[in-house]
Amino acid sequence: MPKKYHIKPTPAAPRFIPVGRSGIIDWEEDCLKCTTCVKKRCLYDVYKNRAYDARTLVDSIDYQCKNCFSCIQNCPRGVLSKTINPEFLRMGDAYWKPDIIHNTWFQAETGRIPVSGAGYRGPFSGPGFDAMWTDMSEIVRPTRDGIHGREYISTAIDIGRKQHHIEFDASGAARIEMPPLVEIPLPVIFNPLPFGNIGISVTLSMAAAARQIGGLMYVTPETYAPFLKPFMSQLVPLIPADMDVNAPMLQGVRMVELHYAPDILAQVQRLKSHCSERVVSIRVPLNPDAKTITAALTRGGVEVVHLFADYRGNEFVDGDSPRFVKDALRDVHTHLVNECIRDEVTLIVSGGIALAEHLPKAIICGADGAAIDLPLLIALECRVCKRCVTGKSCPVELQNLDPAYGAQRIVNLMCSWWSQLIELMGAMGIRDVRRVRGEAGRAMFFEDLERDTFGAIFGGQSK
Amino acid sequence: MTAEIKKTASRFRHTIGKYRVVRGRQCKSCAGCVVTCPHGVHFKAGARMGTPRDYLCVGPDICKQHGTYCVEKCPNAALSVAINPQIKALGDFRWTAELLMSTWYQAETGELPTVDMEYRVGNSGGGFDKLRLKYPETLPSEIAADDIDTSIELNKREDNAHRITISLPLYQGGMSFGSVSDNTMISRAKAAMLWNTFGCTGEGGYPEFLYPFDRHMITQVATGLFGVKEETVQRVRIVEFKYAQGAKPGLGGHLLGDKVTERVAKMREAVRGSALFSPFPFHSVYSVEDHKKHVDWIKAMNPKALVSVKVSTPADVDMVAIGSYYAGAHIVHLDGSYGGTGAAPDIAKKNIAMPIEYAIPKVHRFLVEEGVRDRVTLIASGGIRTAHDILKAIALGADGVVEGTAGMVALECTRCSSCESGRGCPRGIATTDPELAEMMTVEWGAQRVYNLYASWRKQIVAELRKLGMRSIRELVGRTDCLRHLDYN
Repeated sequence: MPKKYHIKPTPAAPRFIPVGRSGIIDWEEDCLKCTTCVKKRCLYDVYKNRAYDARTLVDSIDYQCKNCFSCIQNCPRGVLSKTINPEFLRMGDAYWKPDIIHNTWFQAETGRIPVSGAGYRGPFSGPGFDAMWTDMSEIVRPTRDGIHGREYISTAIDIGRKQHHIEFDASGAARIEMPPLVEIPLPVIFNPLPFGNIGISVTLSMAAAARQIGGLMYVTPETYAPFLKPFMSQLVPLIPADMDVNAPMLQGVRMVELHYAPDILAQVQRLKSHCSERVVSIRVPLNPDAKTITAALTRGGVEVVHLFADYRGNEFVDGDSPRFVKDALRDVHTHLVNECIRDEVTLIVSGGIALAEHLPKAIICGADGAAIDLPLLIALECRVCKRCVTGKSCPVELQNLDPAYGAQRIVNLMCSWWSQLIELMGAMGIRDVRRVRGEAGRAMFFEDLERDTFGAIFGGQSK
Repeated sequence: MTAEIKKTASRFRHTIGKYRVVRGRQCKSCAGCVVTCPHGVHFKAGARMGTPRDYLCVGPDICKQHGTYCVEKCPNAALSVAINPQIKALGDFRWTAELLMSTWYQAETGELPTVDMEYRVGNSGGGFDKLRLKYPETLPSEIAADDIDTSIELNKREDNAHRITISLPLYQGGMSFGSVSDNTMISRAKAAMLWNTFGCTGEGGYPEFLYPFDRHMITQVATGLFGVKEETVQRVRIVEFKYAQGAKPGLGGHLLGDKVTERVAKMREAVRGSALFSPFPFHSVYSVEDHKKHVDWIKAMNPKALVSVKVSTPADVDMVAIGSYYAGAHIVHLDGSYGGTGAAPDIAKKNIAMPIEYAIPKVHRFLVEEGVRDRVTLIASGGIRTAHDILKAIALGADGVVEGTAGMVALECTRCSSCESGRGCPRGIATTDPELAEMMTVEWGAQRVYNLYASWRKQIVAELRKLGMRSIRELVGRTDCLRHLDYN
């Protein structure tokens, strides 16, 4: 058995005071100056450790306050009050919500799984990935004890073409050559960032993190520069189909990815004839045509198809109702299964993968692995303010990031995601992430449960 | 302490209310507002006016109608009333600020709040929060409140085990020794005893201070087998196997080394300071047959004991339930994924296993189809917050419920969810820090939980009267008494 995979987290405190959820309001007039002020009795010493960053106008208390209300309720004159910090609510957008940003910051800082008491706090279900639950096993089905137990749960995947069958000649020798495979220990590839102050420091942080976790990272001709040379075996150049095979950014890489174009198979052939050891992937936009395109590419011998949605997880269609990545992906996967060719091709999916649970959910919906982007930037303290999009300065000065520190933040996030992937797989009773792929039977979908339960009871159509 | 409602005010100076009443410096302490306000918001403290008890304020709209609006009547224009901005920071989708505040109010008074607050449902947008009770248009006859029975039977197998009837359709979820303070455990146990129902030791062993409540305790046998002894199994009338828990379905537990104090280590028969793992699953149970050996093992030690099987809610929860029944369980306890009191990974609470609202009817229907529904008691938990949640769970097919978080809220938990941080709970509930644990007395805690149950019982009785039912047992599986806001 190979050495057990492990990611080691190291705490990496934020460089800037994070924007907090609370807004503590302190009307100091009327204060009685009690000798045992409630502020001194704060269990978390948030008043003692209070700091204010005048440059970014952020008060540390808003991030450190745990919302216990003890000071608010015990101050004799009631001069303390609290509410939600409007700056917190303004972070992100309708998909990348403030809670997602907070959750990611915590993991990037600590490498730990977010844990809390007193039950679940969110909505019953929601759009996108929130409309599915993963399954667990007990008594009547075997379970896997991943985190605490004796069982090793593998999160590795192989990227590349899988042979449908092997032919042998009369002498018993295999007649075909095995196609190249790239094994990554975590089913995650770092995607190009959709926006952000992507200077050398951010790129280096990502590359160094990819190396530490044994993973891969896409690089475009625009971001490639000689400083990335030490990381060639981590890089997956994302290139135009007609790129010169001798370009420096293609030397020493294990995999390349081409943008889809109608004549793409010829270009794949060209690249493969130059270097057959390199896996070639095709990046295909998720839309209603993706399933026929993916099937055609698979039949044409393509090794990997990367299906990408927009950064909020919506497919690319004109009109108001794009499908979410989970549904569009299931459609492609199911089509390939029905065509009996699913096992031959590797599917990578990207777009809207925001939280650790989205990774196994995307895999259940049919991907072999996922490419992630914005979570990496958020791990580097990005507040998703998108000021950079209009050329304004970055509030967390990503251009001045120390790559070693940035890499650690990303490694911490991946450590936490890895632990959570194992938690969900252990509960599902699956020991190898390759077996999670397409296992819709180990998930429960909102629309199915709702129909089978309340639809059966209350009849008729839901409103 | 006797079994009656007693007003039990907050331990904190200011109870958080829906409205905020501010008294300005113009106040001349004329005490006119004390007379104007029928709700006791204003009071005199010596020569001056006390800080308003604004959690009792019912708001401007009602007071304007009744001519009791203090703001208008104050001769010095010293008062102002507005929605309390603090409540924005309180609560969440499942436990809204109004649910928390109305639960605190019930724990204080044993009554529903007089303030206009939503005390029945939260804001999660699904499940219980979209279900409503549906009443018949006409009732054959009026039923007196005293004639309504809220008790349920826990042993339906008609075997040699105890016959146990509990007076409320609920008992308490396990909270381990070491996870909550001693006073919290005793308070809850005492309230359970006064209501003739059951508390539960959780998996952390059976501390001596619970011995006086033996007849009303359930002891838990969980995957770590911590503190499980022949003697503890024989103390009780109900033994609960915890196969899984809703907060972390399919996952084990991890008690950090620094939580394993001398006392905790002794109780769990472990070494102080070394972390303790509760594995998942029981490494001795991988089938219903294995499970039956477990049940037989308990029955050999305590033949009269009822056996409860606490399971989570996977896609095949119906198979788990029927298997548990045939292995000899008296109680099948389904713990849905949105509940739990202890610290658990957020990813598990949100994503693993199905919400209890789906699991109850699935299991109920299956047990009916298999012809065994009337021979097993079906208990639901994991997100039961209010009396209305209890009624809905029963109408969906449960016999009764298990309560956990609501009882914590009665003890003034704000659900800040930092149970595990630092020294423990800032409200002195889920902590073993001696100083923090002293924030609460048993007398106070037991009365608060007692009051909450009292208020719940009154609501259950009132709703059963409207439904024309004499017993909560008539409501089991009566989905025709429910409507869902998404369906016509």
